Amino acid sequence: MAKQVSLSQEFLKGIWKENPVLASLLGLCPTLAVTNAAMNGLAMGLATTFVLVMSSLMISSMRNIIPHQVRIASYIVVIATFVTVADRFLAAFFPDISKTLGPYIPLIVVNCLILGRQEAFSSKNNIGRALLDAFGMGIGFILVLVVLGIVREILGSGTIFGATVLGAWFEPWMVMILPPGAFLTLGIMIGLANWFNDRRAAA
Amino acid sequence: MNLTTRMIIVLTAIAMLSGGILAGWDALTKPRIEHHRLVALQAAIAEVLPPYDHYDTVEGDGITLYLALPVEGDSLIGIAFQAVGSGFQGEVRIMVGAEPGFENLTGIKVLEQIETPGLGTKIVTDPSNKDNPLWWPQQFRGVATQPEIVVIKNAAPSAPNEVQGITGATISSKAVARIIGNDLERARQAFNLAAEAGADLYGILQVEQED
Repeated sequence: MAKQVSLSQEFLKGIWKENPVLASLLGLCPTLAVTNAAMNGLAMGLATTFVLVMSSLMISSMRNIIPHQVRIASYIVVIATFVTVADRFLAAFFPDISKTLGPYIPLIVVNCLILGRQEAFSSKNNIGRALLDAFGMGIGFILVLVVLGIVREILGSGTIFGATVLGAWFEPWMVMILPPGAFLTLGIMIGLANWFNDRRAAA
Repeated sequence: MNLTTRMIIVLTAIAMLSGGILAGWDALTKPRIEHHRLVALQAAIAEVLPPYDHYDTVEGDGITLYLALPVEGDSLIGIAFQAVGSGFQGEVRIMVGAEPGFENLTGIKVLEQIETPGLGTKIVTDPSNKDNPLWWPQQFRGVATQPEIVVIKNAAPSAPNEVQGITGATISSKAVARIIGNDLERARQAFNLAAEAGADLYGILQVEQED
C-alpha cells in the first residue's frame, strides 16, 4: 500500500471527493435512465448499494485465492449473483417498483461503478476497508440519484415522492421526465459540484 | 498446484456458490412473485369486465381466454384476453374485456408499455387531466369492434366504433386500436374453436351451441 488513509476518509471519499457520479462519472446509465421520479432513484440507489456492498465483501474476502487471470470473470459471477438476488427481492416484496424499474435492475450487473470498485479497491484491500469504501460509494450514488430524481420530479410532475407540492397552476415541464431532462439536470449538477470544488480550492 | 488447476477450482467454486445462493433465494421468493403475478392478472381481468363471480380459463392457439361467469348458471358475462403488439417504442400488452359476442368491448387496461413518458403513456393514465386521468382507456368501454376500432384526431367521436386519439401520441393511440383489433380476431377464433370442441372442454359453450 502506497499510503494509508484513515478509515473515515475511506468511507467519506465516496460521498463527495470521489463521488461515483459527480467525480468519476461512473454508472451513468441507471443515473440518467431511472431518475424521472425520486422514488425510482432511491430504489435504484439502494439496489446498487446492496450489490456493491455484498460484492465488495465477497471479493475482498476471496482476494488472495482468486488467480489474477480469472479475476474479472470471478467478479462478474459474484456481481451477477447479487444483482439477481436484488431483482428477485424487489419482484417479491416491491412489485410496483420492480415493474417501474423493469430491465434497469438486471442491468446493474454492467454498472461500471461496481466492477470498478472491485478491480480498483476490494481486490487490494481488507474486508473492513472494502466495506467502508462500498458503503461510502453506495451512499454517494444514492444521494446523487435521489437529488436528481427530486429535481426532475418537481419540475416534470410537480410532486416529490409522489406527493403533490406544486399546485394546479404549475404546468409540468414534460422535458424533465424525458431523457433530455436527465442530461440537463445531471450536467448542471456536475457543473455546480466542479464550481464548488474550484472555489474551495482557490480559497 | 499449477495455475490452470487453480483457475478451474476457484471459478468452479465461485459458480457453485453462486448457483447455491440463487437456487435458495429463488425457492424463497418464487411463491410471492407468482402470487403477485396472479393478483395483478385477476385485478386486470376484474377491471376490464363487468362484475362477475368467477372466471374459467381456456387456452387457445397462442392466446388465453378468461371467461367470466355469474355465481350460478352458465350465461357468459364477458370474455377477457391479453392483446400484444408493437407500440411506438416497443411491445404493448393490453388486457381487453369484450362482450360475449365480441361485438363491443367492456374495457381495456394497458399492462405493459414503454411509450414516451408524458405523451404515449397517456394510454395508461393521463396525470394532466385532473378530473379523469383514465379518460383515454375508458373510451374503450362499450366501443364497437366492427368493422374496426378507429382512432380519430382533433374531433369528438361520432360513431360507436370511434375513439379520440391522444394529442402528441397518435402512433401510440393507433397502435392500441390495431393491437386490440388483431388479437380480437385471434380471440374470436380461439373462442369458436373451443365452442366447437364442445362439452368436455367447456360445458357452457356447448349450451350456447345448442341454442
